[in-house]
Amino acid sequence: MINKSLKELAQALGTKQISSVELSTLFLDRIERLNPEINAFVTVDREKSLKMAADADARIAAGTAGALTGIPIAQKDIFCAEGWRTTCGSKMLANFIAPYDATVIRKMHHEAGLVSLGKTNMDEFAMGSSNETSYFGAVKNPWDRERVPGGSSGGSAAAIAARLAPAATGTDTGGSIRQPAGLCNLTGLKPTYGVVSRYGMIAYASSLDQGGPMGASAEDCALLLNTMVGFDERDSTSLDRPVEDYTRGLEQPLAGLRIGLPKEFFGEGCDAGVMAAVQGAIKEYEKLGATMVEISLPNSHLSVPAYYVIAPAEASSNLSRFDGVRYGYRAPEYGNLDDMYMKSRAQGFGGEVKRRILIGAYVLSHGYYDAYYLQAQRIRRLIANDFVAAFQSCDVILGPTSPTTAFKIGEKSADPVQMYLSDIYTIAVNLAGLPGMSLPCGFAGGLPVGMQLIGNYFDETRLLNVAHRYQQATDWHQRRPDGIA
Amino acid sequence: MNQWEVVIGIETHAQLSTVSKIFSGASTAFGAAPNTQACAVDLALPGVLPVLNKKAVECAIRFGLAIGAQVAPKSIFARKNYFYPDLPKGYQISQFELPVVVGGAITVQVGAGDKAYEKTVNLTRAHLEEDAGKSLHEDFQGKSGIDLNRAGTPLLEIVTEPDMRSSDEAVAYAKSLHALVRWIGICDGNMQEGSFRCDANVSVRRPGQPLGTRREIKNLNSFRFLKEAIDYEVRWQIETLEDGGRIQQATVLFDPASGETRTMRTKEDAHDYRYFPDPDLLPLVIGDDWVARVRGELPELPGQMRERFTGELGLSPYDAGTLTASQEMADFFESTVKVAGMANAKPCANWVTVDLAARLNKEGKDIADSPVSAAQLGGLILRIADNTISNNIAKKVFEALWHGEGATADEVIEKQGLKQITDSGAIEKLVDEVLAANPGNVAEFKAGKEKAFNALVGQVMKAAKGKANPQQVNELLKAKLTA
Repeated sequence: MINKSLKELAQALGTKQISSVELSTLFLDRIERLNPEINAFVTVDREKSLKMAADADARIAAGTAGALTGIPIAQKDIFCAEGWRTTCGSKMLANFIAPYDATVIRKMHHEAGLVSLGKTNMDEFAMGSSNETSYFGAVKNPWDRERVPGGSSGGSAAAIAARLAPAATGTDTGGSIRQPAGLCNLTGLKPTYGVVSRYGMIAYASSLDQGGPMGASAEDCALLLNTMVGFDERDSTSLDRPVEDYTRGLEQPLAGLRIGLPKEFFGEGCDAGVMAAVQGAIKEYEKLGATMVEISLPNSHLSVPAYYVIAPAEASSNLSRFDGVRYGYRAPEYGNLDDMYMKSRAQGFGGEVKRRILIGAYVLSHGYYDAYYLQAQRIRRLIANDFVAAFQSCDVILGPTSPTTAFKIGEKSADPVQMYLSDIYTIAVNLAGLPGMSLPCGFAGGLPVGMQLIGNYFDETRLLNVAHRYQQATDWHQRRPDGIA
Repeated sequence: MNQWEVVIGIETHAQLSTVSKIFSGASTAFGAAPNTQACAVDLALPGVLPVLNKKAVECAIRFGLAIGAQVAPKSIFARKNYFYPDLPKGYQISQFELPVVVGGAITVQVGAGDKAYEKTVNLTRAHLEEDAGKSLHEDFQGKSGIDLNRAGTPLLEIVTEPDMRSSDEAVAYAKSLHALVRWIGICDGNMQEGSFRCDANVSVRRPGQPLGTRREIKNLNSFRFLKEAIDYEVRWQIETLEDGGRIQQATVLFDPASGETRTMRTKEDAHDYRYFPDPDLLPLVIGDDWVARVRGELPELPGQMRERFTGELGLSPYDAGTLTASQEMADFFESTVKVAGMANAKPCANWVTVDLAARLNKEGKDIADSPVSAAQLGGLILRIADNTISNNIAKKVFEALWHGEGATADEVIEKQGLKQITDSGAIEKLVDEVLAANPGNVAEFKAGKEKAFNALVGQVMKAAKGKANPQQVNELLKAKLTA
């Protein structure tokens, strides 16, 4: 049961082969047993979860269930869920009980009837590529417990990889869904900016943040995405578009598909083992009838520098609300008001968060704004234009998700720039607002390798189709770490 | 003073009369218990997002059209970053580089009587922003309380060019702006509740020299304080300069008790607000169709009305200015004219701006609560015009109407027998009696003392209980005395 796809689980629930309470209990028991070592969850509330499961069973019995009603999933701890502790991986919110539901939470649980197994660990305020910046400790990669699962949605990735949950949500600001998916042998999708509401999703960098599904397969992601999307009047950047069924195109044959290979993603800087796995995937796609087109994204080398201006700038302002006045951490002792601010924020935020707040405040300050922030925005436009040009000659773009496989815990934490380069292939997608996926394409040194697919705006259905057909022809995505299955 | 030129620019925060806040659905009503009108968005809970209130934008468009400004087809909301306990997000959403309203001008009447003149004050811009909450420093055993009811209330910040040259001009502008925002229904103008507050940027210079260094007086919430604060500030700056000192750019507060300004912060400790476009809000795009629709809903504006009053009705610019100082005043006047007729527009203007205004002022009443209605006043003016009563008797009738002693002027005149005596036989009889009874005055007049004539007129009017037509009395007396 723990290795079943969402479709199979839905069927098992629909045919009363298992109840949601039983299914949820199965996963809650696994969490209880395995989480102390993996550290994928920061909050589990069996009572709440089973209440949701019982409600789902009632819906199934009443015949009012949706496609996924009763299936348990894990929620990244960045989504506010009423009555649930919502920490965002930070000491600042270690005791914050959210008094309202994020739109994603409302849609997935209250409307679609999914069961929440709990809140997953993450890099503090989603700032990190290894899950090591979490106040609640590093998450272990189930494929090698001395290694990181990637980040910032590392808890969600590890939870699925260790089959503590069938699927999970993530958020992706610079690669935070795709990179951990790649490092944990999962499929993850970052939708087009504006497709999934950001209301109730604690903001890191507002113009880049986007929630999305993570699961074992493209099909699971498509099913989960169906429950997450939709226009939200509470989010001004949410897009008012007709609702689509993201599973509808999964089976489309790939004959005639033009896959763009950006030469910038196939040069130096990528591990040979990773490259070999990606090359293998290209061969597989050729067998499936796709043709390869060499393309260029000439400004992609600027994406990391531009990102590390724009994202910290927005973050420095977004995180100002954590001031110790109304909720969250407040220093136990302080003198005057300024002292209270300084001590609360100095003690409540971790090092990486403080680093990005400082960078952000610097690039926005008087006299530097034009040289950094405006310049980065100009680069952002150039990067987006590169993609627009590229999609003239191809339908999807393919490359590695990350330059390396999962690295050791502690290996890069002393060198922020090395850490930032883990996202070198994923960041441009956020800057352009495009949809991007990562899916398993092999192993290097026994560790999973992810390949990235990038689609044109609103082309999630095609991306999922391209990923699904590959997964029909390969079994990389069905491999499980030792001792898990 | 004549060697110094005063330069004043004014920034006004007008609270917009919307039902809900500018970026959330919470109510904007004044006076609720602390923090009962602050929703998740106003409290800046983690994860919440702002959604722009279209009604607030409509207010800005109305204002832009009313002052002949450009309504920007695209404007941008920006974050102004600073920490303060009553600023829940740690930034205020405002507009910085691209405001919603650009340019425009307001022409105001300065001074009264012969010294009255018109002054055009150019506006730089007006932009939308949210208000902060309030810090409460009493009743918390040494701690401060925060009330976020006001947080997120929509404001229009209206900024002038440094066009004003005296505190009188500044006050005339502020009053005119106050009347305008109420006139077009975008702000209730309640200064006590902080719905309309001004900051004055004041500097002095030798005429012809470049602008001097300015100091900004913050948060003036009455016209009197605006004047007193500017007058004090101007004196202080001139004294400082004449004593060889220099003015340092600063933000100052006015203390009404001492009548002085004191420095709050100087440029050195000014914030770097790190403005940048708010990524949670899309650019505000206002199409021509939206502007056209709002234009269609605008009432006749004070400026247009002034032109009509001076043109069609032949009023003086001063009267027209006074009558259009508020919508209520203008409405009252127009209703009065409707009854009294356009030919009597001038006396209508006099009655509304002088007699009625004085009477209301004495009782501390607003024109909207006037015990004498426009219809009653119009009826009264008609009776003056057709010589049924004299101006003096009219004042009696007005008092009677004020105290509810009759439903109409006609009823009061009838009931109290105030109808003017115009029968020349009756008046002649009174004149003859007065002449016979006052030989002394007659003799004095004949000896060349003009004053004696007035005494005789007074006697006749007294005998007629004020009801004799004064012109007829004059003519008859003159005829008899010089015969």
